[in-house]
Amino acid sequence: MNEATLQKVKERIEALKKLPGMGEKSVSKMLEDSGFTRRDFLKWSAAMAAMLSLPTSFTPLIAEAAEVSDRLPVIWLNMAECTGCSESLIRSDAPTIDNLIFNYINLQYHDTIMAAAGWQAEENLKEGMEKFKGRYILCVEGGIPTNMDGQYLTMGPHAETGLELLTRAANDAAAVISVGTCSSFGGIQAAAPNPTGAKGVYQVINKPVINVPGCPPSAKNIVGTILYVILFGALPAVDNFNRPKFAYGLRIHDLCERRGHFDAGEFVEQFGDAGAENGFCLYKVGCKGPYTFNNCSRERFNQHTSWPVQAGHGCIGCSEPDFWDSMAPYEEPLANKKYDSPLADATADSYGVTILTVAGVAIAAHAALSAIKNPKE
Amino acid sequence: MAKRVVIDPITRIEGHLRVEVVVDENNKITNAFSSATLWRGIEVILKGRDPRDAGFMTQRICGVCTYSHYKAGITAVEDALGIKPPLNALLTRTLMDFALFFHDHIVHFYQLHALDWVDIISALKADPKKASEEAFKYVPKGYNPIATGEDELREVQKRVSKFAEKGDLGPFKNGYWGHKTMKFTPEQNLIALSHYLKTLEMQRIAAQMMAIFGGKNPHPQSLTVGGVTCVMDLQDPARLGEYLTKFQELADYVNRAYYADIVMAASAYGTEPSVVQKTNLGNFLTYKTMQTGPNSWLFDACGYIKNHDLTKFYEIDESKITEEATHSWYKNLDNPTHPYDETTEPEYTGYVEGESVDGQGNIVKTKVVNEKGKYSWIKSPRYNEEPMEVGPLACMVVNYAAGNKKVQKVVNEFLAQTGLPAEALFTVLGRTAARMLQTKTIADYGLEAFNNLVENLKKDQTTVAPYVIDETKEYKGRFIGDVPRGMLSHWCRIKNGKIENWQAVVPSTWNAGPEDGRGKKGAYEANLIGMTLADPAKPLEVIRSIHSYDPCIACAVHVMDVKGKKLGEFKVDPLYGAC
Repeated sequence: MNEATLQKVKERIEALKKLPGMGEKSVSKMLEDSGFTRRDFLKWSAAMAAMLSLPTSFTPLIAEAAEVSDRLPVIWLNMAECTGCSESLIRSDAPTIDNLIFNYINLQYHDTIMAAAGWQAEENLKEGMEKFKGRYILCVEGGIPTNMDGQYLTMGPHAETGLELLTRAANDAAAVISVGTCSSFGGIQAAAPNPTGAKGVYQVINKPVINVPGCPPSAKNIVGTILYVILFGALPAVDNFNRPKFAYGLRIHDLCERRGHFDAGEFVEQFGDAGAENGFCLYKVGCKGPYTFNNCSRERFNQHTSWPVQAGHGCIGCSEPDFWDSMAPYEEPLANKKYDSPLADATADSYGVTILTVAGVAIAAHAALSAIKNPKE
Repeated sequence: MAKRVVIDPITRIEGHLRVEVVVDENNKITNAFSSATLWRGIEVILKGRDPRDAGFMTQRICGVCTYSHYKAGITAVEDALGIKPPLNALLTRTLMDFALFFHDHIVHFYQLHALDWVDIISALKADPKKASEEAFKYVPKGYNPIATGEDELREVQKRVSKFAEKGDLGPFKNGYWGHKTMKFTPEQNLIALSHYLKTLEMQRIAAQMMAIFGGKNPHPQSLTVGGVTCVMDLQDPARLGEYLTKFQELADYVNRAYYADIVMAASAYGTEPSVVQKTNLGNFLTYKTMQTGPNSWLFDACGYIKNHDLTKFYEIDESKITEEATHSWYKNLDNPTHPYDETTEPEYTGYVEGESVDGQGNIVKTKVVNEKGKYSWIKSPRYNEEPMEVGPLACMVVNYAAGNKKVQKVVNEFLAQTGLPAEALFTVLGRTAARMLQTKTIADYGLEAFNNLVENLKKDQTTVAPYVIDETKEYKGRFIGDVPRGMLSHWCRIKNGKIENWQAVVPSTWNAGPEDGRGKKGAYEANLIGMTLADPAKPLEVIRSIHSYDPCIACAVHVMDVKGKKLGEFKVDPLYGAC
């Protein structure tokens, strides 16, 4: 992070300040009014900076960016989905400041929480898209059915297909964010045999898309990504699958609380055994942590309450493309089968872990797993 | 002159739903159509997979009632393989259920349903002092209201005023503020608005409650075929204490806010015809749920009542469940067929050209359902050839009729406090009240399951039952039980160690399904008929009625097999003994 970047961000914020706002009140003022001190606000900004892997010099800028964030309207579209990603978003973190920030982002359209329905909802969508043409952030939840001309999903009084609506909305968006594995890569409905021809957003529109996968992703990752766009007026640095590196840069395995047991060759052999009671490594009962890039082992879920590995179940790899097929069966080690996900590289074809003795497992697995690189830009 | 009103999308629900109503010259609804507009095909995707994976995939049917389909998928496989999970696992699953019901029901009422009842713009005119005093009127005996102190209400008002002053209400834009059927006074609106905001905080606690044993929420990940994986959390008294504390916080909130606001709604809306119109469909069906001990369930009735009659309870006979697709986008299923023998082949025929009243009251060209043909991705389930309503209302009235003492106590106290007759349960207001009463029953009695778990952990630490899947054998099994939106069943067949067939018969399918071949309508459609709209351009009455069922449309749309294979014969052998 050099001076030039810092300068760029400052200019960006100045530019945002010149945009017509929704009102005179700043977020920080509003927060003060609802019982948050300026200090709470800066604390939150610092936490956000840390999460976005930015140096502390960015903290005041994040605070500033948040204050002008109401200039950035968000349109959120639901496609072929289960609403789990929206549900994750409303779990948004304590302090409730996240919620306020979210409210303050000027949400123009969101199926699940907006008051209006039917014609009135249509009107809001139209107005949002016209009024903020070229300036809104488009968040998409759910896969896009493409078979049968997209008619497996229709919306609105004119029974427009999801595919048509998405194309329209993406055209005038400043940035497109795919929230969740379904909009990122197609998700559950795209699992074999993919009867509806479901696809990820990036596969059906001609525009850069940021993928925030997970089933569902944590609220932190969703909010963090949106903030990044506001802060830089650009898309965050991403990996091969367009996932922001600040959240998806490390493997679950890298920071796993059970990593010591993996290194020591101590494994749960089956659920409910003595190893399970002692918190041994879950690799042999199917944990996909070594192949999965996400920050669950660092951030956990629901205000750090827990995460699947803490609850004694392996990771199922839900932020990886095609995980429903490539990571199955979810309770068998991947090494038991040929690994043919897009992540596979020259070395990832056969791990040969299974036939080794327990003592040798960790070392061999280590060698094999270290060979999997996070896809580079 | 008959007019049609198309409402698409119905927002503040899970999934994609269109509702159309036909009104006469007095704006009285003479016909109604419910059409689900998304198909995903998850059961098709399940075929040929590892049975241990099914629960993880079925869970993705829905992220709102997250966990419901996870538990159902895992349990159906356990039933097929003849596995009896240890008591610790069964009770832990119940504790996760409590978290789900707390979360789902408060979020439904405040975030999804409240804006049909609560005029947030009117709340800005309220006198906070008066509102604060009024809040004491509605709480149950022995409780004080929450988040309704004068200062707090003033803050809420200030916050929302600023939002309104900006001239862009964001998610509240273009709501039905000032609608003729909005009946709360400014003070009552302010109380409810404060709880709307407070619930955002409380629902996070409910989600944490599930994550303690589930690893995360939405979509927890600690169930496995045979039991649960969260053995370390169960053996950690601090974790049990965390759960207990959060349970108590939620139970307290249910009594001090949710219960009180429903009592308030009953007092304000008691004379609004669209809210107290008696349902045209009087059949209600439920199945036992929430195991609290070795042989006890919190809601233990398995059966139905007919024609609004609370005095007679009938036990369920599962062989009488059928589905058909006369008006659904599937072929060769025009006769009521038992799920075992059903075939399913998608046959999308789309919508036809027509007209609708738009948001300004003009008649405009639009797409409409082909009411003589097929018009929804949802099928029409029937019990003994009759439509049935399922959901919290069914759970409460059927358990009431079956003599469930806890349910009777909770319901009777509510009726006494509001002065409503039992008949009032069979209305939009009653349906919304029943969801709260179900939540209150959990709040008041749920800890029985927690205490039994702690008691059992003293002598037994088992969390998973061992099992083998014999690849040379064929297995069949099912899950059946009530989830937040009503009766759910999953049916599976396993062959060569793989899933041969899977089917889910889901609560919202019962309620939201289209007309059947004999012209009988499901709950959504049937119960709209006879309602009068104040303004067809703003059909809030319809939206409120549909929201009262808490639609979950992704769940409701299901299919077994694109190629139309038969499910084959099941031999039902319920995991939990005969019901």
